[in-house]
Amino acid sequence: MMKTAAQPLLEVKDLRKFFPIRKGFLRKTVGYVRAVDDINFFINEGETLGLVGESGCGKTTASRCILRALSPTSGQMLFRTASGDVVDLAQLNREQLKPLRAQMQMIFQDPYGSLNPRMTLFDIVGEPLLIAGMRNRRRREERVAELLRLVGLRPEFMQRFPHAFSGGQRQRIGIARALALNPRLVVADEPVSALDVSVQAQTLNLLLDLQKRLNLTYLFVSHNLSVVRHLCDRVTVMYVGKIVETATSQEMFARPRHPYTAALLAALPVADPRIKTGNVELPGEVASPACPPSGCYFHPRCTYCIDRCKTEAPAYREITPGHYAACHRADELNLAGMA
Amino acid sequence: MNQNTEPLLSIRDLKVHFFMDEGVVKAVDGISLDVHSGQVFGIVGESGCGKSVTMKAVLRIVEPPGRIVSGEMLLRQTGRDGKTELVDLVKLDPRGTEMRHVRGGQIALIPQEPMAAFSPVHTIGNQIIEAIRLHREVDAREARKIALQQFRDVGIPAPEQRLDQYSWQMSGGLRQRAMIAMALSCNPLILIADEPTTAVDVTTQAQVLRLLRRLQQERNSAIIFITHDLGVIAQMADYVTVMYLGLVMEQGPVDQIFHAPKHPYTRALLESIPSVDTPPRVDLPTISGSIPHPFNRPAGCPFHPRCSEFMPGTCDQQTPALTPVGEKQLVSCFMYHNREVMA
Ligand SMILES: Nc1ncnc2c1ncn2[C@@H]1O[C@H](COP(=O)(O)OP(=O)(O)OP(=O)(O)O)[C@@H](O)[C@H]1O
Ligand SMILES: Nc1ncnc2c1ncn2[C@@H]1O[C@H](COP(=O)(O)OP(=O)(O)OP(=O)(O)O)[C@@H](O)[C@H]1O
Ligand code: SF4
Ligand code: SF4
Ligand SMILES: [Mg+2]
Ligand SMILES: [Mg+2]
Repeated sequence: MMKTAAQPLLEVKDLRKFFPIRKGFLRKTVGYVRAVDDINFFINEGETLGLVGESGCGKTTASRCILRALSPTSGQMLFRTASGDVVDLAQLNREQLKPLRAQMQMIFQDPYGSLNPRMTLFDIVGEPLLIAGMRNRRRREERVAELLRLVGLRPEFMQRFPHAFSGGQRQRIGIARALALNPRLVVADEPVSALDVSVQAQTLNLLLDLQKRLNLTYLFVSHNLSVVRHLCDRVTVMYVGKIVETATSQEMFARPRHPYTAALLAALPVADPRIKTGNVELPGEVASPACPPSGCYFHPRCTYCIDRCKTEAPAYREITPGHYAACHRADELNLAGMA
Repeated sequence: MNQNTEPLLSIRDLKVHFFMDEGVVKAVDGISLDVHSGQVFGIVGESGCGKSVTMKAVLRIVEPPGRIVSGEMLLRQTGRDGKTELVDLVKLDPRGTEMRHVRGGQIALIPQEPMAAFSPVHTIGNQIIEAIRLHREVDAREARKIALQQFRDVGIPAPEQRLDQYSWQMSGGLRQRAMIAMALSCNPLILIADEPTTAVDVTTQAQVLRLLRRLQQERNSAIIFITHDLGVIAQMADYVTVMYLGLVMEQGPVDQIFHAPKHPYTRALLESIPSVDTPPRVDLPTISGSIPHPFNRPAGCPFHPRCSEFMPGTCDQQTPALTPVGEKQLVSCFMYHNREVMA
């Protein structure tokens, strides 16, 4: 969906996050887990970017870097603040980050683990307000009531504890808390994967509705491609710490340019017995980010691998306008998408 | 699918309740199903609907305070003389030799948590060899040969070395394959796969599903396949049972369940997931409310507080029975009862 005058809210450039691997008594660094390895992407104001890839590919690490819950090893994260200035989040110290924290919030996967069981809804949702300096209890109560209504919960529930709520309701509580300070960028890390099927749709509708009403920008992390296709304007695919492909959702599903993306699409079990899927032969396993293969990280599993792939890492480049891929053969391959 | 033959396993009106201090959890409250050989029998339902407890009942491993309250589970066994006989698993002593023979030998389980299924202190090979020797009269060397062959069958690379590894040394995908190898090592009549791919990635999931399909076809055994993922059930199952709050809502061949669903719950569930045809970024149809807490089971039809077809005075008063609708489908819903009566 094209938005007029789209401006990047966030631009990530050459972002890296390496974790040291330490061994022995002296905890000497013997290597690095290249959890996020030189990634580049942007998110326009008001859009939803999907971040997909298999377990351990670096999705959560990348998200936590953006929110500066982790400090990146190197790279830039250019954020357009509410006042219109562009700042590099990677360069800011704690003090400088503080006023920006409100503008970037996170929704977590686990609606059970992420809420303190000893706090009431008022305390949970009102906590960010208190931290931001809203001392007046009355005003906090009003704002919490407003937030609860916004996510479809009854304000009368304010004095209850989270255990009295179902999974879907708890996810709403988490969303209300994330929205307390009027964020502009919301990072949602697998927000529906722990929810029951019948409650997933309610939560997805809520996220869409809130986006429209509050002009939110989402980074939507998920391994569920059906959900990503439904919710996202554009999609970025990661494999072993690197971005292998980015395109509009429509393009990505219709005409993938990277063999790994095509394999992911083919593996997706479609909820229709008349469409047979899953006939994908991906030999071997996902490589470890601690010792990635030479050349293209995907080459040991790729059906289209040529000699060049084994030695030379493919550049991440624009294949057609707005469609980026990191594959030597992206122009010539004719990969199947989904119907 | 050979529906005309006698079922291998026939569950009738099974009830499994947990007797807690706070009250009784009716985890399984009267379900019936027939599993035939050569069939992938899918059970789909949301968290807590009783899928795992049903299978624990079949294997007689329901832990206290849970208990089979009523019902029968008839397993068709072929004796040495070639004659078949029906054994009611409910009547067997869960710790007796007969049940031990059934468990792992005739009915094998791939449990929901593969990590918990293997002991961390014994090699995978030793655990499989032990299982084989429990059910087959073979010596240790022969058992190791069988185990090795199973590892090859499920496509584990370098099977000799892998057999001597511990479960924690394996990736999720390999561990899942080892689990399948162990479950198949005694040539069971029925393999129960309880959410065998929830813990693994999509590409690994595709491999595991393909493997199960191939093995099932080669051996002509039956698989009871449990999942909450409608995509996985559509791809895997021949026949589908939809459960909600300990009861069967609908049963039928997979094509009918997905293309001509009858029960309001099945319909609503299918509509609520984004499909290939759903326009992106528009609201999905939803089911109102959420799954009730096990202590607050609604009276009457368990789905009635969330059902768009709810008929006051009927649905909240009586529980609909599983009734044939059309040739091959079974549905628990008063919309169809009434029609049957009127017809
Ligand atoms: N604090 C840490 N120290 C060392 N390694 C880490 C740390 N956090 C993450 N990693 C490693 O970095 C890699 C990327 O992990 P990350 O959690 O970002 O993956 P992910 O894509 O979110 O996976 P999932 O889908 O399983 O959530 C993994 O190999 C992980 O083991
Ligand atoms: N040991 C137990 N004690 C008390 N209640 C139990 C016990 N085991 C299961 N239950 C209850 O029985 C019901 C059915 O549980 P079951 O594990 O069969 O669900 P399920 O359909 O397998 O769900 P999931 O998809 O989450 O695995 C639930 O309400 C659960 O809380
Ligand atoms: S660069 Fe080569 S190995 Fe990598 S994805 Fe493309 S074709 Fe396959
Ligand atoms: S019996 Fe009534 S409440 Fe239950 S599914 Fe049918 S119409 Fe809905
Ligand atoms: Mg993660
Ligand atoms: Mg279960």
